[in-house]
Amino acid sequence: MNSASHYDVAIIGAGMSGLAAGIRLAHFGKKVCIFERHNTVGGLNSFYSIAGRKFDVGLHAMTNYVRPGVKGTPLGKLLRQLRIERDEFALCEQKQSRIAFGPRGETSLHFTNDFAVLEAEVAVKFPDQIDGFRRLTALVKTYDDVSLDAQPVSARQVVRKHLTDPLLEDMLFCPLMYYGSATEHDMEFGQFVIMFKALFLEGFARPLEGVRVVVRVLLEKYRQAGGERRMKCGVQRILAREGRAAALVLDTGEEITADQVISSIGAPETAALFAADSQIPNSEFQITPGLPASLSAIASATAGRLSFVETITILNRQPAELGWGSDTIIFFNDSARFDYARPDAQVDPRSGVICIPNNFDYGPGQALPEGIFRVTCLANYDRWARLPEAAYQADKQRWFVDVQRSARRFLPAVDDAVLAAAVVTTDMFTPRTITKFTGHLNGAIYGSPVKHRQGRTALANLYLCGTDQGFLGIVGAMLSGISMANYHILQKG
Amino acid sequence: MTKDECKKVVLDIIADIAPDEDLSNVKPDVRLRDQLQLDSMDFLDIVMELRKRHGIEVPEAEYQQLASLDSSAEYLTPKFNALAAKS
Repeated sequence: MNSASHYDVAIIGAGMSGLAAGIRLAHFGKKVCIFERHNTVGGLNSFYSIAGRKFDVGLHAMTNYVRPGVKGTPLGKLLRQLRIERDEFALCEQKQSRIAFGPRGETSLHFTNDFAVLEAEVAVKFPDQIDGFRRLTALVKTYDDVSLDAQPVSARQVVRKHLTDPLLEDMLFCPLMYYGSATEHDMEFGQFVIMFKALFLEGFARPLEGVRVVVRVLLEKYRQAGGERRMKCGVQRILAREGRAAALVLDTGEEITADQVISSIGAPETAALFAADSQIPNSEFQITPGLPASLSAIASATAGRLSFVETITILNRQPAELGWGSDTIIFFNDSARFDYARPDAQVDPRSGVICIPNNFDYGPGQALPEGIFRVTCLANYDRWARLPEAAYQADKQRWFVDVQRSARRFLPAVDDAVLAAAVVTTDMFTPRTITKFTGHLNGAIYGSPVKHRQGRTALANLYLCGTDQGFLGIVGAMLSGISMANYHILQKG
Repeated sequence: MTKDECKKVVLDIIADIAPDEDLSNVKPDVRLRDQLQLDSMDFLDIVMELRKRHGIEVPEAEYQQLASLDSSAEYLTPKFNALAAKS
């Protein structure tokens, strides 16, 4: 294992953004090391095995998919910047997806990776809104969403200038919020634009073998470029002196130094590493439970509130054989208005996202060996975090049933007994799982609602990348790492 | 180094950073941006690769010298030759 004690750049976290930043810096000759607390890479988008079966975390679909030859989009930029050949990601496109609203999904909008499909659906289902929808689309296309110094604007307000039907408004917001928004009820318009392009104007794809393909490619590039990484070795504290990150204290107690530091672990989580550093007990890593009160206060001021549960059901056949059709992703909501907010209860099963990874177009003769049925719903971190173990397990089982029952209203009916007979195994993650594996406060997958576009922190040589820098999705995360490495380090020579 | 060799150096770099571009008909007197899909991130990469591979420094104020192959050759050839003379 490498054990140098000084680097040009230290990167905290081996998620998509940290790896991408690392590849750029190592490629251009910087001595870089990534410090990762866990023993796997990928961060929010990783994978795990139970009984030899591999499960993806996070990734339903990679957004921002464009076909070969389409240039100037985030996917093309990141492939170029990281010197990755398109084929290395082995992306397979979605078949079709759907936004289904109403108690049984009475109003639906289908969409595919061809934007004309969604446009035609809006024209048929909302004929009096289509002109406004086209104006909104034109605005999205010309908006500079990657500007590092744009002023925040309410997306709801901007969208309402073009759309007057609240149902259509909510139906468009639902997928964009579920796939990236750290803000309740509304989004910043720049974030709305990023997501609208990523989901609707571009599209969904996935490698047959899932997110581990993407992670493997990034790791290999990083290794080839000469980057170092230390696994099971998080950063416990940042020692601040004279407004700079002077040294990093690792989980091992060892101290290392770096000219510059990039943190991908989130803005409040990073601030907690250097605020009042002398008060942090030198104990085993714990996020909220063990955090001193002074740090909890700082962190909770900007920590996100939105968390999720996800149920995963492994089936002994392709979901289409059960009669569930070929939809890849289904965004559902049964209520009069779509309520994207932290629920009062443990889970809000009224809305959610169904993902059937089998329904990507993997090509002739290619299919996932088992059926997979995943459902994601909004959840309340506090109501999961402090449960005794027995109650936690019991609540997981109870909500598993409720979440699935809710989601199945939006799929063709399948007899309970038939479904039960097809189930091989199940798993479920909760807000508690998210915090345990990502370190995000409050189980907030999408981080803080406050984004830091320029990646600056209170310390002059410490920068943010990833979720809290504000480019969204997997492709966005990688671009965030690239942008921050370019902007703060490589452009400065 | 001749100006033609210098153009080839730049083209080789572009081929590596933008493998999805067709470089068979690049006109030396036309701005690269007008015939290829290159953005500011790509131009930064041309500069970075010149430094990494050849030890050539291009200050930010002089990036526009790399606008076309011809202007790149005018600007870079003396730099390459000065470097060769030094070593």
